[in-house]
Amino acid sequence: MSTIDLAETTLRELNRTLQSASTGSFRVTNPRGAHAVAAGLNSDIEVEIDGPVGYYCAGMHQVGSVTVRGNASTGLAENIMSGTVRITGNATMSAGATGHGGLVVVEGNAGARCGISMKGVDIVVGGNVGHMTGFMAQAGNLVVLGDAAADLGDSIYEANIFVRGAIESLGSDCIEKEMTDDNFAVLERLLTASGLTARTDEFRRFGSARQLYNFAVDDIDAELANNGKASV
Amino acid sequence: MCGIVGLFLKTEKYRSDLGRLTAAMLHEMRSRGPDSAGFAVYDQGSANKTRLTLLNKATQDTYDGVDSGSDWRSMAASLEGHLNAEVEVRPLADHAVLETSGDGRAARQWVIDNVVDVDVLSYGQQIELFKSVGDPDLVADRYDLAGRSGTHAIAHTRMATESAITTSGSHPFVTGSDTCLVHNGSLSNHNQLRRGLERNGESFQTENDSEVAAGYLSWRLRNGDTIDAALEQALLDLDGFYTFAIGIKDGFAILRDPIACKPAVVAETDDWVAMSSEYRAIAQLPDVEHSSLFEPEPGKVYTWSLTS
Repeated sequence: MSTIDLAETTLRELNRTLQSASTGSFRVTNPRGAHAVAAGLNSDIEVEIDGPVGYYCAGMHQVGSVTVRGNASTGLAENIMSGTVRITGNATMSAGATGHGGLVVVEGNAGARCGISMKGVDIVVGGNVGHMTGFMAQAGNLVVLGDAAADLGDSIYEANIFVRGAIESLGSDCIEKEMTDDNFAVLERLLTASGLTARTDEFRRFGSARQLYNFAVDDIDAELANNGKASV
Repeated sequence: MCGIVGLFLKTEKYRSDLGRLTAAMLHEMRSRGPDSAGFAVYDQGSANKTRLTLLNKATQDTYDGVDSGSDWRSMAASLEGHLNAEVEVRPLADHAVLETSGDGRAARQWVIDNVVDVDVLSYGQQIELFKSVGDPDLVADRYDLAGRSGTHAIAHTRMATESAITTSGSHPFVTGSDTCLVHNGSLSNHNQLRRGLERNGESFQTENDSEVAAGYLSWRLRNGDTIDAALEQALLDLDGFYTFAIGIKDGFAILRDPIACKPAVVAETDDWVAMSSEYRAIAQLPDVEHSSLFEPEPGKVYTWSLTS
């Protein structure tokens, strides 16, 4: 494993090294809240970051694994496509935002709008999540072992949200749904992959009621009449 | 964008380092607001003296290092006549700190009403405030932030959105005694609020939305609210996006709007409380690795006081 010290190496140099590596494992020290650490990884490498990171850590993550031993600021693993991003501490706003695939594990708490507009990523949060988590989530699974703050799953499409703890309130068009055998299997698989321990029968599932205007075919006609084109 | 920094020292331990630590934090927030910067530093002051920090607007955006001290002294002489009290003057670049045993609020209003091209940046027993357009590091250097000691400091780097890039439009803002505010965000109802506050005796010196938030707080505090009560009411009366860091006499406060798009992180040890837009500013502080770190919740009032 090679070590890159951000007290001595520039961020740009670090990311160039990581993005041009095809294999191997790397340890990053002294991140001290720097932005875009290990962003844009495109090979199956392993990166361990010792300390807290700033915005967009492991952002635009194509493949590979990133582990942060510390906290992360806004946009952890935003737009992740595959691979794994794990953080041992807390993440602030918009963790896993717009992710298409892969797994994001936040062992601590995640802040507001975790999984906003997620499009297929799986996210597992060991602690609590902030308000408007799962806002406009389109696909994928979001697992919360702790509590969820206000407006969970607002305007959600087809994603599944599993919560073990208390729900402050559900957002617009988000409802509780029955846990099917398939749901239990998915939950079991994600808990195992995350390394976090919980019983699957303690979770409730939430998803879309599909009652918002964008789910109604008649409304598309109205849109067409008004604007000359659908706004979908 | 904009970057916010606040440092509140609960014990004596780092008080002689207050300015140095605040400057290190401000440096990290340069990229969030490269167009202008400002800082307010609170010390224990002296009980019977009010200080006013003034800005010479005639030179504010073209400051060339010339000391405008002689002008300040003739202005202070007129102010002495109005207050019927002595006024001492300490010029610093395009700013000056006035100290008087006279009434601070009356002095502020006299300057606003009678002196062309001068803004009153602050007044109070504990606060001094400096701001300018330009690189935040240069602003900190010019007004010797690093050399200052005290109990708490609030600083700001600005990326202007709602009003022009001028020194007057830079943060922090003070409209009431020892009450200072910095803002990341934008208010939607500031014109309406400003008109209401002016009817209630507040006076403003800029078109800036954040000055209205400062005026709102000053008005509520002057009418007997505690800082907690004033901020609870602000949640109902202010419309827009905001993360505020607020300095008051012997105290420090944080408020975020209920949506909380604008970032904030807080760290606390036995000796200090620090708040910033980003962790990398807080990472500069001593013993930070043993601090308790949290993200302030949306719509929740946080306050700290030296006296409680």
